[in-house]
Amino acid sequence: MPLIENGRIGEDAWSFIPDGEPVPNDRPVIISFERWQAERDGFEGRNAKLGVRLKSGTLAGAIAADLDRFALVAVEFAKFRDGRGFSTARELRERYGYTGEIRAVGHVIPDQYLYLVRTGFTSVEAPEGTNPESWANALTEVTIAFQPSLDDTAPLSLLRRKLKVG
Amino acid sequence: MNHIAPGARAGIYHYDEIDRQFVAERVEQFRRQVERRLSGELTEEEFKPVRLMNGLYLQLHAYMLRIAVPYGVMSATQLRKLAAIGRKYDRGYGHFTTRQNLQYNWIKLEDTPAILHELAEVDMHALQTSGNCVRNVTTDPFVGAAKDEVVDGRVYAEILRQWTTMHPEFTYLPRKFKIAISGAESDRAAVRIHDVGLLARRNDKGEAGFSFYVGGGLGRSPFVGKLVREWVAQEDFVAYLEAILRVYNQYGRRDNIYKARIKILVHELGLEKFTQEVEEEFARLRGPKYRLDPEIVEGVRQHFAPPPFEELPDHSEALERAKAADPAFANWLEVNVAEHKAPGYAIATISLKPAGGIPGDATCDQMDLVADLAERHSFGELRVTHVQNLVLAHVKKDELYDLWKRLDEAGLGSANAGLIGDIIACPGLDYCALANARAIPLAQAISARFADPIRQRTIGELGIKISGCINACGHHHVGAIGILGVDKKGTEYYQITVGGDPTLTTAIGDILGPAVTETEAVDAIEAIVDVYLANRTGEGERFVDTLKRVGHAPFKERIYAAD
Ligand code: HEM
Ligand code: SF4
Repeated sequence: MPLIENGRIGEDAWSFIPDGEPVPNDRPVIISFERWQAERDGFEGRNAKLGVRLKSGTLAGAIAADLDRFALVAVEFAKFRDGRGFSTARELRERYGYTGEIRAVGHVIPDQYLYLVRTGFTSVEAPEGTNPESWANALTEVTIAFQPSLDDTAPLSLLRRKLKVG
Repeated sequence: MNHIAPGARAGIYHYDEIDRQFVAERVEQFRRQVERRLSGELTEEEFKPVRLMNGLYLQLHAYMLRIAVPYGVMSATQLRKLAAIGRKYDRGYGHFTTRQNLQYNWIKLEDTPAILHELAEVDMHALQTSGNCVRNVTTDPFVGAAKDEVVDGRVYAEILRQWTTMHPEFTYLPRKFKIAISGAESDRAAVRIHDVGLLARRNDKGEAGFSFYVGGGLGRSPFVGKLVREWVAQEDFVAYLEAILRVYNQYGRRDNIYKARIKILVHELGLEKFTQEVEEEFARLRGPKYRLDPEIVEGVRQHFAPPPFEELPDHSEALERAKAADPAFANWLEVNVAEHKAPGYAIATISLKPAGGIPGDATCDQMDLVADLAERHSFGELRVTHVQNLVLAHVKKDELYDLWKRLDEAGLGSANAGLIGDIIACPGLDYCALANARAIPLAQAISARFADPIRQRTIGELGIKISGCINACGHHHVGAIGILGVDKKGTEYYQITVGGDPTLTTAIGDILGPAVTETEAVDAIEAIVDVYLANRTGEGERFVDTLKRVGHAPFKERIYAAD
């Protein structure tokens, strides 16, 4: 599936390993949160990067204590209308200080891309056949924001107006 | 784009270049989204929230476009534009709603980008008037004018308007989210039936702060908002809301749309647990990033500086003479005019409820007239109320008679604000796909039955509110008399409730008995009124108080006696 990063289609270094299949030790992989809970000891001493995938109903608090083990957290959107993931990402960043990659997976649409970036996501898994132009546009078509968010590092005042993206 | 200055002295937020650019970008974005829908890139399911976020609803016969009127305040120039759009793209009407917005009921999808473009010319838009986002924040329609005002709600409503605009985290909430603010002694904004209701107050140092009520709402399961925090200081105003919304976004139910409002979350978690979650989130959010800077508050406040009132004696000879000479005017004055904080000025309510008319409807010609009158008599500004009327907030007492004469000639002079003829009704089966029954014709029939202004005044304060189905868009739960349309084997029936109250003493009405037909409903309302008049102790006792004292029995007996 195409990976969207910084408004463009990018290379995906990661692969998701479904539960039950063997986990390769030599490349970055994403496992489910359920598998992590069941088999966490088995990942002791792993050198290659590890990522974890949270279902929409699994909130940031559930993984908070283990965040230093993961270079990537994938947050699932069961339906694009289910906006819990926006808060999950923001909690990961603001409440738990997570600095690794946060990836949106599942059903998301380009019209949400700016919102994803502003709540702390770094990449998006887009559906096959997606229109890359719509993703690129999504970051530039609205250039003004009225509230602080996570796409800028400096502490922001409220009702800040200009949005810098990309 | 042609930009038309919206009127310098009107108490609205005046857009700067950045605000304008934002709206222009959103119009262009929506034009592209429509194209992507038409090309099939967006599915109907994916397009729906996008279209709702731009105020576009699909109704029974056509699209409906809902225009945002931030906290219900607009300028005469803006109203004229709304009239022009109604003429060009609708059928010469607009409909003012309980959300203090304006709605067109007969819109074509392909016209919407052009309409949005025209709106942008006068700094207006339809953003966030639908969809599962934070909706237009509402406030007291007498804001900035009322004698009992403590804090100017527009300032904070505007701060919230900006802060919630395209909020990246809270645009795909479990359900819509409605906030109301009241900054006066009496609550004219029905704060406790909102998802979040705010009472703005001052402490003994004169600083502004807020009581937060959370989880109010009507619909299928009506709840009165619960007090979550007595005092939130101004600097924490936004942080506290952010905390509430974050808790809601994470824990609100998404499995059943009838259980998705925050009221259900508060109910299911319990007030204590809910409050604890919010407080934890708030404790963490508090800090420079979410602090509401007093400079920002002052900056916004400047937009709402009082208009240049003249120094006038409070007593007006001209008014007294007109009152003595014209009893119809005297009656309107008594019923529709409220006290202003500036001496010599008054607040005039323009009723959109003529006897037998459609509540909240105004023709484009009437809108133009009101725009002219707002310019002549009220610094070019007017307000929309949540009971679907209009308000000119700053009228010189000397000029009230002239104003009323012009209104009366145009069918806008009804003296019924707050009385039995001041009915709220939702669109019902005439427009709405979800309706069980019509609401508008019943409202028309009731208001025709009680057309006599003197009879209305004799009856006194009594709100009738009608919804065409349990979604309660007509607020029937909080009507002193509420009427709910139900469907019985394909026939329209109406269930009557009594004892509802939308003010600070918020109460949800109780069902009086079995549902009745439309004709029976009008008779039943009349019977209720007769029983009330027969039982009340003197002129002073309001319907709701008589009801509390004598209970349901005498009312039931009269209505259901024949069965
Ligand atoms: C005809 C198109 C309309 C449709 C399909 C519609 C649909 C709905 C639905 C489904 C709800 C319940 C939401 C919930 O409780 O989760 C609702 C609530 C509401 N609607 Fe409408 N509505 C329409 C028109 C209107 C109009 C014209 C007004 C204003 C006059 C209005 C005002 C409201 C209000 C104030 C509520 C909130 C009641 C509460 O607190 O639960 N609606 N609407
Ligand atoms: S109350 Fe029901 S009938 Fe009336 S507008 Fe709302 S959804 Fe439609």
